[in-house]
Amino acid sequence: MKKSIASFLLGTALAVTSAGIAFADDKIVKIGALSDQSGLYADLGGPGSTVAAQMAVEDSGLAAKGWKIDIISGDHQNKPDIGTAIARQWFDVDKVDIIVDVPNSGVALAVNNVIKEKNGVYINSGAATSDLTNAQCSPNTVHWTYDTYMLAHTTGQALVKAGGDTWFFLTADYAFGAALERDTSAVVTANGGKVVGGVKHPLNTPDFSSFLLQAQASKAKIIGLANAGGDTTNSIKQAAEFGIGKGGQKLAALLLFLTDVKAIGLETAQGLNFTETFYWDMNDQTRAFSKKFSEKMKNGAMPTMVQAGVYAGVRHYLKALEALGGNPHDGIKVVEKMKSMPTEDDLFGKGEIQPNGRTIHSAYLFEVKKPSESKGPWDFYKLVGTVSGDQAFTPLSESKCPLLKK
Amino acid sequence: MQALYAQLLVGLINGSFYALLSLGLAVIFGMLNIINFAHGALYMMGAFVAYFLLNLGGISYWWALLLAPVIVGIFGMILERTMLQWLTGLDHLYGLLLTFGIALIVQGVFQNYFGSSGLPYAIPDQLKGGMNLGFMFLPIYRGWVVIFSLVVCIATWFLIEKTRLGAYLRAATENPTLVRAFGINVPRMITLTYGLGVGLAALAGVLSAPINQVRPLMGADLIIVVFAVVVIGGMGSIMGSIITGFALGVIEGLTKYFYPEASNTVVFVLMVLVLLVKPTGLTGKAA
Repeated sequence: MKKSIASFLLGTALAVTSAGIAFADDKIVKIGALSDQSGLYADLGGPGSTVAAQMAVEDSGLAAKGWKIDIISGDHQNKPDIGTAIARQWFDVDKVDIIVDVPNSGVALAVNNVIKEKNGVYINSGAATSDLTNAQCSPNTVHWTYDTYMLAHTTGQALVKAGGDTWFFLTADYAFGAALERDTSAVVTANGGKVVGGVKHPLNTPDFSSFLLQAQASKAKIIGLANAGGDTTNSIKQAAEFGIGKGGQKLAALLLFLTDVKAIGLETAQGLNFTETFYWDMNDQTRAFSKKFSEKMKNGAMPTMVQAGVYAGVRHYLKALEALGGNPHDGIKVVEKMKSMPTEDDLFGKGEIQPNGRTIHSAYLFEVKKPSESKGPWDFYKLVGTVSGDQAFTPLSESKCPLLKK
Repeated sequence: MQALYAQLLVGLINGSFYALLSLGLAVIFGMLNIINFAHGALYMMGAFVAYFLLNLGGISYWWALLLAPVIVGIFGMILERTMLQWLTGLDHLYGLLLTFGIALIVQGVFQNYFGSSGLPYAIPDQLKGGMNLGFMFLPIYRGWVVIFSLVVCIATWFLIEKTRLGAYLRAATENPTLVRAFGINVPRMITLTYGLGVGLAALAGVLSAPINQVRPLMGADLIIVVFAVVVIGGMGSIMGSIITGFALGVIEGLTKYFYPEASNTVVFVLMVLVLLVKPTGLTGKAA
């Protein structure tokens, strides 16, 4: 009898200890980099985003302090159903704490719901839709790097003010294109301009000639490209072929990435104006990061702003975890901590995360260099202007995020 | 109305690529009985070879038009000799799976080294600029693509349907043993035919390099549409695939004008309709 009481007590003690381990904050983190790994957005996010996340983990120095941080990556193939299935599996089976990157606004919004339901952490850097921190904001979500509101209020506004008062849109036919067209149209009309028409093209269209002819016939001064990645490069290349620049119409590449400029070539891309929040050749820190990044890439590519955003986002996330003293595996709690700390890193400088999840940092207006001005294989941009974070992103007073009403 | 003419012309340009690619597929299917899923990857290789010739060897577009199909054609013949020939007489499914696997491997290798956004290839100086046709601005290069591919398509049709060599080829498909009895090297002829089909794909790749990006997935995006074209035209029919190629380009162009959202599905809707009404395709004969 005595013996059985002893073993009962021992058993209870064991059970309590093991339960204690499971519920206390540990130092184990699992990061999932979800991206388009092989399609039209793979170069701007994709494998490079995983590399950026790995670099962030290495640079955080947490491994030396006893943390165990793993990174896995997944390919959502630009399909919301595949994206949500991977996200669910990551939370349920692989015990992932945080999902980063996720370009393609359609997938990004779908994944947003899964992460909220599973109480994970979501640092989106790849998607453009401003809805992520607006109508569809979530206490688990931080949106880094850029969004459609920012693109509209920088590139769009600059073009209208420079006299481009009639617009025709070439819009990618999904959540992202719709959001970018909506936000840009609002800026155009608010500044006294007019939208004269537009055409919605399917995602991943190889040939734009039909659409470009319609844009040409519209006689609009500005042809706004509300698309991204391969769609934008094809539009720009083929517009040059159809002599659109020479006819007095101007192309507005509302969203253009470093890898897109590389793909178009300076000969065709020169003179394009657009906005990014990161460029590798800004200062010594960005150059040092980019050199290290490029050495890890198979094709030697420099980082895009999306990949830089993944790095900065993961760094900030790990800082928050370190400040918490352990990983609580509670998305809302971690994101609240992230919002309470000012952001600061080598790539985006000082900033903050607003209560709606929007990260605020400076945005830069660039112009693509002429081939004669370029000194190296990735020397593409000239800085034309800087827009401060509070001017570039949605002011809280305009945000429709339900979290702000609390 | 002017806009409509322009869309018709633009449709013809895309149709040229469909025609060249589906022609290659039809030749290969007609003669080898292989559903060549590697066709898109080989088309992509054609564009990449042109890019390498220009950037590494300084060899111009005009030479690339000749060299790229030969180089990729030889690659194709090696594939046929080392792998495809063992599948003769087996179910279509084996060839389909093998070529699909080859396509994935080739695309994966290129993607590994060149990323997915692709590389720029400039339009040759002689074909730069454009003409104002009154109803549209036609880039000279696009006009060249239509005329050149039309000539190539007709030449290929002539070669297979009207020459002695073509007659041997067709005979070898009907009854290889008998043709062999006449002293003709049938396996070698089959290898050469595969090389020809592959060369046509590579040629289309070179033609498209200055228009589209030279991208590892450029063929994967196109090949599904091209298969639909072949199915609509009738598997293995040479003239059928040429005509349907151009016709579907035009239909797609019109859709882009009237209902752009459906422009990448219209070809498949047509394919379903044709399969329902005439399962052998528009010009195909019942097996």
